[in-house]
Amino acid sequence: MTEEQSIRMEQVCYTVGGRTILTDFDLLLEQGVNRTILGVSGSGKTTILKLILGLIHPQSGRIYINGMEITNRPESEYREQRKKIAIVFQGGALFDSMTVGENVGYRLFEEGRLSQAEIEEIVREKLRFVGVEPALDLYPAELSGGMKKRVAIARALAADPEYIFFDEPTTGLDPIGVYNIVSLMNRLQEAGKTTLMVTHDLPTAFATSQRFSLIHESRLAFEGTEVELRACLQPNVQEFLQPTDRSLFV
Amino acid sequence: MTRQPRQWKRCSSVIRLSAIDQQMLGFFARFQAFFFLAWQSFIRIFSKPYYYRDFAIQFDKLGFSSLFICVLTGLFTGMVMALQALIQLKPFAATSYVGGMVAVTMIKELGPVLAALMVAGRVGSAITAELGTMVVTEQVDAMRVEGTDIIQRLVTPRLKAMLVALPLLTIVTDAISMLGGYLIASGYGISPIMYLSTFTQFMVPLDYLEGVTKPLVFAFLITMIACQTGLNTGGGAEGVGAAAKRAVVLSSVLVLMCDFFIAKIFVVFR
Ligand SMILES: Nc1ncnc2c1ncn2[C@@H]1O[C@H](COP(=O)(O)OP(=O)(O)O)[C@@H](O)[C@H]1O
Ligand SMILES: [Mg+2]
Repeated sequence: MTEEQSIRMEQVCYTVGGRTILTDFDLLLEQGVNRTILGVSGSGKTTILKLILGLIHPQSGRIYINGMEITNRPESEYREQRKKIAIVFQGGALFDSMTVGENVGYRLFEEGRLSQAEIEEIVREKLRFVGVEPALDLYPAELSGGMKKRVAIARALAADPEYIFFDEPTTGLDPIGVYNIVSLMNRLQEAGKTTLMVTHDLPTAFATSQRFSLIHESRLAFEGTEVELRACLQPNVQEFLQPTDRSLFV
Repeated sequence: MTRQPRQWKRCSSVIRLSAIDQQMLGFFARFQAFFFLAWQSFIRIFSKPYYYRDFAIQFDKLGFSSLFICVLTGLFTGMVMALQALIQLKPFAATSYVGGMVAVTMIKELGPVLAALMVAGRVGSAITAELGTMVVTEQVDAMRVEGTDIIQRLVTPRLKAMLVALPLLTIVTDAISMLGGYLIASGYGISPIMYLSTFTQFMVPLDYLEGVTKPLVFAFLITMIACQTGLNTGGGAEGVGAAAKRAVVLSSVLVLMCDFFIAKIFVVFR
């Protein structure tokens, strides 16, 4: 096994319910090079993240996490590899039945290696990092949308991952909320985490990533840097950057 | 020219057949998934981690919440059983047998079935809705990413809670219905001793066993259907409502069907 520090998708095809979501999709996420996958709603962005996490399985193609192929292996075999990745789901996906503190400390409680006091210390530290420490004993239902996302980020951090995935982290937030999330992502990147975001929000993408993939009609339509993306003359790329048909973004 | 219509017919029947095939395949796939989940949750009853806290929460939620409706159901069913039995027995001057008749119908049949139907409606739908919500809000995915075994964490505690709670609820329903039956019988001048003494004439030990075997099987059925339906919910909040309805209907029908087959098995061993 090579000690490769990256996540790779090669020629991945995924079909569900008779619908093709991805066709021959390639992706490379190198450590330290943050990436955004762009695409309109329903184009399969969340599906890509779930494929990498092994929550769903592709019909063909290969997916590697740090050099280890996870495709067609049972979940128990790649659980260790997957611990290097954390994800912030679109709605936060906080556990309703647990307090914010229990949510953030979930994995630590499950693993049961640390004492109650040690876990609480870590939980407080992560919540302080995202700026919602006072919410420790609240339930998710009592939080605003922006706070939920920040708690979800804190939960992702508690696992001390190498990679953090963000599923549309700024969708549905007000400008201050968006600013908070972007600056949080930048701080995480400075702390050595690699981020992979999926979104259709271009300003956020440019503020947080060095490389970009655009998915269009189940295929990879573009891969490159911001300069290359802006210079790209392909009609489907231009359509995404300067939509004439606004209904795409509803 | 005369052959063409026949060819058309054959063609369309082939298409229809393949549609049925697909439905059958889908049905068998779901059937297989159900048994896989049932088996996996069952073997996890005996393996760590036990999640005692989740068990306690679920036992409280599923068991105690149904206590009151089971008491009401038992009371009125026992009363009406006694009333009807007494009307039938009076011409034969056999009203003293009313206790045994109420006991035999309640303990073997109505107690387990009615308690199970109440619980299927109340608890089955709640389990499906809760798990369905967790699926559509990606909480289940989040748990899997955190390395949790979903069956161990979400299904097995509920299964254990129900396997303990439903037999207990059935026993409560049975006991209350006996009491209800006696309330009516006492109006016909039947003494408590007379009421109780006929139990042994009507019941053999195997009947009591039947009375607790049924709730165990029903508890397993209701929980597994509710969990399987909940974990396979799709289509947002609307999907959750539809899934809950489906789980209740399916588990209620299966409870009644299984009741017949268990009764049949006990008849063989009698
Ligand atoms: N289980 C499923 N069954 C049928 N269609 C699905 C399923 N999961 C996702 N899809 C479809 O796949 C497409 C891509 O979904 P998704 O990856 O969530 O899109 P995005 O995150 O880009 O908005 C959507 O059009 C959705 O309807
Ligand atoms: Mg999405």
